[in-house]
Amino acid sequence: MTALSPLEQKSTEESPQTEHHEDHRLFGLTAFLVADGMTFAGFFAAYLTYKAVNPLSPDAIYELELPLPTLNTILLLISSATFHRAGQSLKRNEANTCQRWLLITSALGLAFLISQMVEYFTLPFGLTDNLYASTFYALTGFHGLHVTLGALMILIIWWQSRSPGGRVTKDNTFPLEAVELYWHFVDGIWVVLFIILYLL
Amino acid sequence: MTIAIPPDRNDSSKSLQPKGWLKYFSFSLDHKVIGIQYLVCGFIFYLIGGGLASAIRIELTSPLSDFMARDVYNQVLTLHGTIMIFLWIVPVVNGAFGNYLIPFYVGARDMAFPRLNAVAFWLIPPAGLMLISSYFITGAAQSGWTAYPPLSISTPAAGQIIWILSVLLLGGSSIFGGINFIATIIKLRRPGLKLLQLPMYCWAMLGTSILVVLSTPVLAGTLILLSFDIVAHTGFFNPTLGGNVIVYQHLFWFYSHPAVYIMVLPAFGLVSEIIPVHCRKPLFGYITMVYSIMAIVLLGLVVWAHHMFTSGTPPWMRLFFTIATAFIAVPTGIKFFNWVATLWGGKISLNSAILFSCGFIINFVLGGITGVALAQVPFDVHVHDTYFVVAHFHYIVYGGSVFVIFSSIYHWYPKFTGKLLNEKLGQLHFLLTFIGFNLCFAPQHWLGLNGMPRRVAEYDPQFQLINQISSVGALIMAISTIPFLWNVVYSAIRGPKSGDNPWRALTPEWLTSSPPPVENWIGEAPLVTQPYGYGTHRNENEDLSSNEAGNVREQS
Ligand code: HEM
Ligand SMILES: [Cu+2]
Repeated sequence: MTALSPLEQKSTEESPQTEHHEDHRLFGLTAFLVADGMTFAGFFAAYLTYKAVNPLSPDAIYELELPLPTLNTILLLISSATFHRAGQSLKRNEANTCQRWLLITSALGLAFLISQMVEYFTLPFGLTDNLYASTFYALTGFHGLHVTLGALMILIIWWQSRSPGGRVTKDNTFPLEAVELYWHFVDGIWVVLFIILYLL
Repeated sequence: MTIAIPPDRNDSSKSLQPKGWLKYFSFSLDHKVIGIQYLVCGFIFYLIGGGLASAIRIELTSPLSDFMARDVYNQVLTLHGTIMIFLWIVPVVNGAFGNYLIPFYVGARDMAFPRLNAVAFWLIPPAGLMLISSYFITGAAQSGWTAYPPLSISTPAAGQIIWILSVLLLGGSSIFGGINFIATIIKLRRPGLKLLQLPMYCWAMLGTSILVVLSTPVLAGTLILLSFDIVAHTGFFNPTLGGNVIVYQHLFWFYSHPAVYIMVLPAFGLVSEIIPVHCRKPLFGYITMVYSIMAIVLLGLVVWAHHMFTSGTPPWMRLFFTIATAFIAVPTGIKFFNWVATLWGGKISLNSAILFSCGFIINFVLGGITGVALAQVPFDVHVHDTYFVVAHFHYIVYGGSVFVIFSSIYHWYPKFTGKLLNEKLGQLHFLLTFIGFNLCFAPQHWLGLNGMPRRVAEYDPQFQLINQISSVGALIMAISTIPFLWNVVYSAIRGPKSGDNPWRALTPEWLTSSPPPVENWIGEAPLVTQPYGYGTHRNENEDLSSNEAGNVREQS
């Protein structure tokens, strides 16, 4: 079998490609997050254009309340910090501490989602009421979807970093690092969203 | 930091793959298998898209819509455009040749993320089948490949939604592919190989992938909003609900102008590989080529509104986008002159590969000239949405990209199969394609200048003769596929053996057996620092065997 020979060769020979394989997954993830960020950028651009060229009549304008979204911003910023702590604990091989921080992080994420739901239910406008209502729900909804996904992934990491028996350990930090990167990204997007949607 | 990957993880999954031709129907992780999968899958879609094009040209032989109903014509037109762009040219110039060649060029055994790579490919067939089956089940989308609202909101919803879903899948596939190419080119280079020693196709793919990653997600977001408009009756792009159609156009073209470069930049790269081999000269102006590609990437992101000059764009915007578009002609022109200078005084063997490459150069320069003309507002206002635009972009996407795909197939077929193609049939194929193509599309300039609108099944009878000439051209193009298909199928079975390096090429993919072993090289990958070192003293040696060539490179 000619097709097999290189494989046999490989196990005996030490070539730079096979022996030391750098881990490029975080690099790939970063590229993916750039792409994801561009989706948000498209939405933001659309929203800002609407604001500039399709103004609502003054009586249709609804000023968004700030307290809840401000709380949300704080929740997410804290959760970024707690996630960071979880990562540090894992590197120090303190599985229990790491798990505790992860749990706190996902709880913060959950709190964010609940408070977002509360906001949705108290708002006087629905998805199809007008252009701004639609854009508002599209943007916050798309972001909320990201938070939901992130919170779920954090719970998976939490389960996988249990000791003993978990797969996420000091020697395999990639899953945690990946979700952490993603989580910081989602938080960063929220800050931009908060400024553009609520403050501008 | 380098970490040791458990060595048998990838290998075991690889050796579990089926052997022989069955492997092309499996979830293979081998970049070469995936490349061929892209190529063959894309070609099947090309035949379908070509069938649709023939239907269009038959309809247009008479001024009345007598061959098919008008709404069927709209569906055929939409499917034709969508298939040719998203299922043929984009997957083939990027996915097929990129997957096959890039790992060789960077001296790696596979792409950076083999599993993601396989996923990216396997998104394509279901997306394509979904798109095509919508024609039979619900009726396909009718709003053209651009899906402009309010047309896309007011035509039957089911087909449009399926169209959106399949374009989203194809966009996802394209993004995964792009991430993989960037990671492979930046991170997987063999030790000792510098970026500026890479073959030009790597640069083209790096630039293209940057465009893919930056612009495709915007299309995805836009189409999601559009689907809300259709399904949930929001009003993002629906003027009757206070929405704004122009915003759709901006977002769409923010993707789709870069998309035209996603279709043509890789073709630039492929031509830059093919020409030096067959005229035995180094690629002229390597560094300027690299800078041109990067300039095209940057400028390509800021010219999109030249598609919207008649959409009520304000004067400052027209001015800006006209100037930016005119600037793109500079790096593009540099590349054109570099290819010509590469050919100049070379020992050209006029085989099928170089014929198609030269055909590309000729067609592309014509399409580029009409492009610059279209970027001038006073002119564009007259010919926008006429057959002049149709002629322009077919000169680029067919005369450019498709010619390059054929050139590449003639060039790399021995690599893929270890067999030689029949040269006479190849030249016949070129002759028919070149004549058919120009006969089909050159008259369309005239149609457009005289005011025949695009995307309509019926037209003013004064245009009938020219339309019939164009249809004859289309017929010749259809016929030209026959010698090609016969050639590739027959040669795969009966063709003479090619040997490992029939073109005596110096780029790394030739410095191994043809077809190559599973992990590309037996032993270490050669270090190729001068992929275009033709005509230098050592390489003049006519019967340099592939291994010797590798050694020469390694010493230099
Ligand atoms: C040399 C540089 C180029 C210039 C200056 C240029 C300019 C233009 C302009 C101004 C239009 C809009 C015409 C109109 O709709 O009224 C246009 C349309 C188009 N161009 Fe180009 N172009 C260039 C290269 C390309 C390339 C490289 C491709 C593809 C590989 C391409 C593909 C297209 C397509 C597909 C359309 C029509 C889109 C549609 O409305 O369906 N162009 N071009
Ligand atoms: Cu354009």
